[in-house]
Amino acid sequence: MSEKASFRSSGGVRGWFGRQPWYIRGVVVLLAAVAAYLLPYVGDVPLIGPQIVTEGIDWPSALFNMSYYVLLALGLNVVVGYAGLLDLGYVGFFAVGAYGTALLTSPDSILYEDTGWKWLMAVPAALVLTMIAGVILGWPTLRLRGDYLAIVTLGFAEIIRIVATSTTTLRGDRGFASIPHPPGSWGGEPIFGVTDAIPYFWLGLTVIILVILGVRNLDRSRVGRSWLAIREDEEAAEVMGVRTFKYKLWAFAIGAFIGGLGGVLFAGEQSFINSQTFVLQFSILVLAGVVMGGSGNMAGAILGGVLISYIPDRLRGLSFGDTDLYEYRFAIFGAAIILIMVLRPQGLIPSRRRAMELKDREKEVAPQ
Amino acid sequence: MDFSGLIDNFGPLTVTGLAQGAIIALFALGYTLVYGVLRLINFAHSEVFLLGTYACLFAWGLFGLDQNSAAPAVGPMLLYMLVGLIAAIIVSGAAALTVEFVAYRPLRRRNAPPLAFLITAIGASLFISEVVGVATHRNQTGVPPIIQARPVFTIGDTTVTNLQILIILLALVMMFALDRFINGSRLGRGVRAVAQNPDSAALMGVNKSRVIALVFLLGGLMAGIAAVMYDLKIGVTRYDAGFLLGIDAFTAAVLGGIGNLRGALLGGLLLGVLQNYAAGVFGSQWLHAASFVLLVVILLFRPTGLLGESLGRARA
Repeated sequence: MSEKASFRSSGGVRGWFGRQPWYIRGVVVLLAAVAAYLLPYVGDVPLIGPQIVTEGIDWPSALFNMSYYVLLALGLNVVVGYAGLLDLGYVGFFAVGAYGTALLTSPDSILYEDTGWKWLMAVPAALVLTMIAGVILGWPTLRLRGDYLAIVTLGFAEIIRIVATSTTTLRGDRGFASIPHPPGSWGGEPIFGVTDAIPYFWLGLTVIILVILGVRNLDRSRVGRSWLAIREDEEAAEVMGVRTFKYKLWAFAIGAFIGGLGGVLFAGEQSFINSQTFVLQFSILVLAGVVMGGSGNMAGAILGGVLISYIPDRLRGLSFGDTDLYEYRFAIFGAAIILIMVLRPQGLIPSRRRAMELKDREKEVAPQ
Repeated sequence: MDFSGLIDNFGPLTVTGLAQGAIIALFALGYTLVYGVLRLINFAHSEVFLLGTYACLFAWGLFGLDQNSAAPAVGPMLLYMLVGLIAAIIVSGAAALTVEFVAYRPLRRRNAPPLAFLITAIGASLFISEVVGVATHRNQTGVPPIIQARPVFTIGDTTVTNLQILIILLALVMMFALDRFINGSRLGRGVRAVAQNPDSAALMGVNKSRVIALVFLLGGLMAGIAAVMYDLKIGVTRYDAGFLLGIDAFTAAVLGGIGNLRGALLGGLLLGVLQNYAAGVFGSQWLHAASFVLLVVILLFRPTGLLGESLGRARA
């Protein structure tokens, strides 16, 4: 593929990486994965550590938050970055995953008498539920053009929230308590306890790595090539025999599945969810992360996911003069988004193809 | 599901729905204008509206009015209304222009992909609403009773208040004025030309940047007026008021056919009324869910909205 060739011939870190033999690439990837697992201890590294882990941060929790933000960013990247479908209501799937888990496992649920499942048993059921939700949303709406799709998905997330707030089954503000934690014990102590968030981060990281492998394989398959074709020119793709509707629906279902994974993990860690958890701003935040990082590129999506969760946390306990910066975290975050996009509209780590396209576009600009 | 609530209150629901719809329609104009010209969802428009709701409160505050003040007499009332409208219009217009200059223009100069615009808009929206949120400690702010809602006439069991008449009339007048401006004036012709084909318009001597700025300004002005109406009707405002109503307004714009001025009016009024009917049948918490379901159904059968997308056509 030409994209791969351009990797090798280009400069920079990715160019170097692309030119290495497979075993060196393997070692580098392995080292990166090990480094990621050691992240909870980054605070102990001299010099850099205290800069990253400031006193105000509860670092293990911050890491866990990052892990589900990254998961959501990866899922949304499939929908927005690969298939080019603008989904503004992605948090809806996150909510379906979390509520699915809660309904099946929490003692507050009306189903508890019949089910009362452990967390692990609820996972596949909740994920199937989110995929079904993805198909139900996608089936009627994927025939719509881009901007309309955006508003309809926005509406979907809003409806999920309203249903969660207003129906007695989903308990609104009161929410579901005592959702069981993931199973497993170590020397008599449960691994996934209440106080220590580090195991949750490791669990999240493992899921992220599996998702990355899965999505990478999909992207390199027939499905991924179809997504690329649809993103670039849907009508041309249709004419060339790509079954656009089918592959768009796939993108939606897979995106929903990954979002649901995030929700299931979230429910397992928090052990309490209510309708306040799933506000619309949340999915807009994730979308901002994906595009800011570089949509269509998984490294970019991961960076975006990390940034949207880390920037507000980093401002905790900081003050500028008399003003507490943490209070202004989202305002600062908003300004940061504008700045990043104005300076780098292609995203921080764009996909190579996108970056080249953008260069072409810049040439086309008529002087104003 | 209880239809008796709808049947019994059909008249009142319709009237309050129309008043709410008029505000939504004015608000929706900003989305429709910008979309018609730039093919861009101006996500920050909701915060333009939000600033308007606070600007007129601020102006009234200068007169020493707050939510506990007594209702003024007719003379001062007119003055307050005028000052409030002017303040809201100035602030909203300026905010819309600022968003265009800070968040959109640099991107347009680099011919950035459409998604990038959406993200800077989200950034701007987040920035403004959060600054307002922190400044007001996320509490709601009460509105001084400038106009006391008084029943003017009654048909059957439907009472129509002076405030509702004012809101609907003002919205209609502003819509008419804007429609005349876009379809009748020289500047409006420029707007339509850019909407139709930006490059050809530029070649024919239309100043594209100025037209785009004008479009944002017009949207901001309308949002400012809508903001004052909102303050008077609802009686309180809050840092997230723009976001919530913005979703309605955008829905209304799409419903009527985004990019179409008359469509925004029709979509706004229709949405306001239907939301109220739905609230009458299912309960008020389902108001927004109903409007989205309606939107999906309409888009499935008529994807261009009720009146079609046509700011660029010769006859808008």
